[in-house]
Amino acid sequence: MSDLRELYQDVILEHSKAPRNYRQLATANHKAEGYNPLCGDHFTLYLDLKGDSIHDISFQGSGCAISKASASMMTQSVKGKTREEAGKLFEQFHKLVTGQANGNQADLGKLAVFSGVSQFPVRVKCATLAWHTLQAAMEGKQEPVSTE
Amino acid sequence: MTAVANRIPRELRSPRVRGAGFDVEKVRHDFPILREKVRGRTLVYLDNAATSQKPQVVIDAISRHYERGNANIHRGVHFLSEHATEEHEAARGTVQSFLNAEEASEIIFVRGATEAINLVAQTYGRTQVGPGDEVLITAMEHHSNIVPWQILCEQKGGRLRVVPINESGELLLEEFQKLLNTRTKIVAVTQVSNALGTINPVRRIIEMAHRENIPVLVDGAQAVPHLKVDVQALDCDFYVFSGHKLYGPTGIGVLYGKSALLDAMPPYQGGGDMISSVTFEKTIYNKLPYKFEAGTPHVAGAIGLGAAIDYVNGLGMDNVAAYEHEVLTYATEAVAAIPGIRLIGTAREKAGVLSFLLGSIHPHDIGTILDQEGIAIRAGHHCAQPIMQRFGIAATARASFGLYNTKEEVDALVEGIQKVREVFA
Repeated sequence: MSDLRELYQDVILEHSKAPRNYRQLATANHKAEGYNPLCGDHFTLYLDLKGDSIHDISFQGSGCAISKASASMMTQSVKGKTREEAGKLFEQFHKLVTGQANGNQADLGKLAVFSGVSQFPVRVKCATLAWHTLQAAMEGKQEPVSTE
Repeated sequence: MTAVANRIPRELRSPRVRGAGFDVEKVRHDFPILREKVRGRTLVYLDNAATSQKPQVVIDAISRHYERGNANIHRGVHFLSEHATEEHEAARGTVQSFLNAEEASEIIFVRGATEAINLVAQTYGRTQVGPGDEVLITAMEHHSNIVPWQILCEQKGGRLRVVPINESGELLLEEFQKLLNTRTKIVAVTQVSNALGTINPVRRIIEMAHRENIPVLVDGAQAVPHLKVDVQALDCDFYVFSGHKLYGPTGIGVLYGKSALLDAMPPYQGGGDMISSVTFEKTIYNKLPYKFEAGTPHVAGAIGLGAAIDYVNGLGMDNVAAYEHEVLTYATEAVAAIPGIRLIGTAREKAGVLSFLLGSIHPHDIGTILDQEGIAIRAGHHCAQPIMQRFGIAATARASFGLYNTKEEVDALVEGIQKVREVFA
């Protein structure tokens, strides 16, 4: 049960039930779809990029608790950041959920609650789906992002 | 054991002995993997619709072939080649009896149900389906009984038509009747749905199609582990199944076809073994079944499948079906009683499968939490995305049962689901 509690931390469960920034964004100038064909997770990410910085961000869609909480907390974390800063954050987040954290993850802040994912390799895709979608939206990709 | 105990009928001696002549505890001893610990817990394997576990006799038959009997077949003049050929062909005979096919040459060994359907689509289908012609499938097919027909329809300008299902996951036979027409060249239908567990009335479906002179392919991948099948009684034109869902090895499966149809079909793949003579000008194809078995076949797989069929025959398919029905009924009632559960697939006739949703909890979260308890289920769309679309859902959690599962394991599943509710409380 301890591994489970590590994975499904209260913050994660709370975000999955009441995701933040869960709406369409009227001012969005970038948009991307993220899809995990294996489990059917499907999100649309909306971005309002002002110059190089993420002025506003939101998402909608359906998925498991991990993917939804990750999307919700990601939108909170990257709002107001530059593209480069968001990219760096993803790098750190990716290391965290794949068990490669080297103690240099101070910038992650609240996102550290996802460390338990590293004990569940098949769930890494759930945790990173929103981040891959963000990357696609920032790069202006037209093709939906797939984790497969 | 005392003399008194010996006089008590077996099935009354222990609550674990259920059904006439079916002793599940004894059966469980035949499957070594069931003694494995998973995450420190006794494995509760409820993913049988994906693949089944293998009894020791199957594992032994495969080992014995490689240890003592391995050689290529149908070509050597030496002792081992003759021996391996005999074993391979004996397995064909075992499959023939199992399906009650009229002739052994109507049994084609393939990689699995998927390859069998592709074979029929690309041989029978390609010669019979032309522009504007129709292939009729149902809304509850596995991707393997959808995509090969889509490919065929794209190649030939044909049209794929789909028989709808009701909210319980039962086929609408009146709609099926309406969809049958002079352009329908083949009907392809699953006998048991892998995502819903529905048992389709294939005998009736075949009758209805035959009235319009339309041949029928039955996908038996989910049926053969649970039901006695008689292809002559069904009068189906093609029947396909995979060995690995029937307690046999992966990589071996069966296409049954009526010999008149198989004879008229062009070969599927070219190569060795499927020819009787080759010159650069012309090749004469081998007779059935070899015409459809190009290349060195999966000899060990066929032998393993034969051993698996011998094993289930030893238990008796009727006993297996009766016992499994009891476990599925027990599981359905127990799981349905959990608050927040929605069953997907509530047909009157079902086998092997219990698909469900729990509140708004995603099936993957259910699967992860059950896995921590050593319980293996499947979470996802089960390679049947159109069914998920039909029910307006992305995925389900699916517990699927085999002949070795017990009511105690169902209790473990129910406890596990309660744990899921606690985590998400």
